[in-house]
Amino acid sequence: MGRWLRESELDPRLIGTLLALFSIWLVLDRVTGGLFLTPRNLYNLAVQSSVVGVMACGMVLVIVARHIDLSVGSLLGLTGMLLAAMQADVLPAAAWAWPLSIAVGVAVGAGLGALQGVWVAYAGLPAFVVTLAGLLIYRGCAYLLTDGRTISPLDPTFERLGGGIDGAIGPEASWVLGLAAVAVFVTRQLRVRMDRARHGIPARAVWSEALQMGLGVMGVLGFVAVINLHTLPQSDEARGIPIPVVVLAVVAVGMHALARTTPFGRHVFAMGGSQRAAVRAGVNVARTTVGLFAVMGALAGVAGALTVARLGAGTSSMGTLSELAVIAATVIGGTRLAGGVGSIAGAVLGAVLMQSLENGMVLLGVSSAVRQVGIGLVLLLAVWLDAVWQRRAGGLAEEGA
Amino acid sequence: MSEPLLELRGVTKTFGGVHAVETMDLGLVAGEVHGLLGHNGAGKSTLMKLLSGVHRIDAGEIRLAGAAIELRSPRDAQRHGIEMIYQDLALADNLDSVANLFLGRELRTRLGLLDEGAMERRATELLGDLNPDFHQLREPVGRLSGGQRQMVAIARALLFDARILVMDEPTAALGPAESQNVSALIRRLAERGIAIVLVSHDLHDVFDLSDRITVMKNGRLVATAPRSELDPDRVLELIIAGR
Repeated sequence: MGRWLRESELDPRLIGTLLALFSIWLVLDRVTGGLFLTPRNLYNLAVQSSVVGVMACGMVLVIVARHIDLSVGSLLGLTGMLLAAMQADVLPAAAWAWPLSIAVGVAVGAGLGALQGVWVAYAGLPAFVVTLAGLLIYRGCAYLLTDGRTISPLDPTFERLGGGIDGAIGPEASWVLGLAAVAVFVTRQLRVRMDRARHGIPARAVWSEALQMGLGVMGVLGFVAVINLHTLPQSDEARGIPIPVVVLAVVAVGMHALARTTPFGRHVFAMGGSQRAAVRAGVNVARTTVGLFAVMGALAGVAGALTVARLGAGTSSMGTLSELAVIAATVIGGTRLAGGVGSIAGAVLGAVLMQSLENGMVLLGVSSAVRQVGIGLVLLLAVWLDAVWQRRAGGLAEEGA
Repeated sequence: MSEPLLELRGVTKTFGGVHAVETMDLGLVAGEVHGLLGHNGAGKSTLMKLLSGVHRIDAGEIRLAGAAIELRSPRDAQRHGIEMIYQDLALADNLDSVANLFLGRELRTRLGLLDEGAMERRATELLGDLNPDFHQLREPVGRLSGGQRQMVAIARALLFDARILVMDEPTAALGPAESQNVSALIRRLAERGIAIVLVSHDLHDVFDLSDRITVMKNGRLVATAPRSELDPDRVLELIIAGR
């Protein structure tokens, strides 16, 4: 089994998360009497997963580099309040206020993130403490900004970002987007295969590559088909892919590219594998650390925009405790807390998995207290399974040596 | 003896009033294997760190091919063709050989992205040259054997035309067979004109391999001599007694 997996070169963590996700979906659909796997609920699930998903994409890199960021929930709240205030109080009625407010929110997120990175990289403080301070400071600032007042109204165009009414791209655009994604995915994978053949590196087993390609293609097209079954209230007009999901997809693809195809991403993974090795190799660890926290902060800003758009208002408690959901999603998605290993795809799946549990339990009428207990137990289970897998894999490697 | 490629003159390094290295002289000739011996605390590691730019010298000078150079950072040392291989090899176990070879010096495409194709080609050439039987280019180096890891570390040092290679206890952690492979590799590198410094506290690890031997004690030079003028007992005496 172990050898079979290694030959296939499929990521066992990713497969594990996928299998867990599908099992949970089937069980939830069963116990809710078919309420879970409906186009309507999957639409909601997708929208609900976007905010945590966007931030989990950044948290992967933070944790891979053996750091942590506890401030993302508060930073979401602060940047969200800022951009809501810009639209409602500072520049009301200006048509360009909303794109500007998003830019400012993301920039402030990146700036405050970078500042935390400076404390970690140059003052040598543990990220846990620095970002815990950030959690308190940013939450306090979010409240101070308006003395706790809720901010509205917002620009209606901006509110489409939240995925509510008018918050989707329509069925035709959804098919175009889905087919484009499939085309890019398939050509990329074929190109990697051809590259390997050219350099004389053994090719992956055809079946495993076909399986991965098939899963990817079916996943994307299936998602579009199901989402397009969901219609607007009292009409048969399909809504298409929700805009926050498009944002998540763009973020995920961008972060994957950052992690896998840039020197920055390579250095982040090297720092997680061995900080000493990175330093000795001449990697600028301090600068990479600052960049890392800046990217995380920028994504908290994006998540802030999505949250405000969804709520239709800015409130100072937005994003409270979401840092924990983000970390949990990242870890469930196969990122190792010890650093060095993690994937963006896994983190997105982790976010969907967490949200599925939440969503399913809501459908079942479970109280929020019980929901917390349930999600806590699943997190524990996921990390335990990973630890068991690690020990087994470690044992196998030692036997092999 | 030919002109030294790298020369240390009166190099001194102090940490909080303690002389870790004091008025040290050393000359390295291209193509020689130079054993640097001494007890723990004799100043070998500090000297290594001075050569690799991790620490800066307090006094004295370092000359490369006759010209004085300053080594302010590991980058500086690399630029001058001075490469270190530490005992722990400083590899990132979660990355593959290609990624480790180019770590911190990745080849980039015009867009600034990782040029995996070019890096893979260069890695295949270099590692194939060092060991034709090595094919685990894309395995995380954590899964490789001790000798293979040593080879990856050596390849990394050679990648950018190292002229001087400083190796810390290169064979200490290896079994006899792998140790022999690495020794043969070191010999071949010297034949190509690279000056190699083998740093060790164990005489037997380096005696047979070295052309010349330098002994340090208490941060100072005890003696430098061709191996042909020495025998293991004499070197041991130099290490222990310091004269």
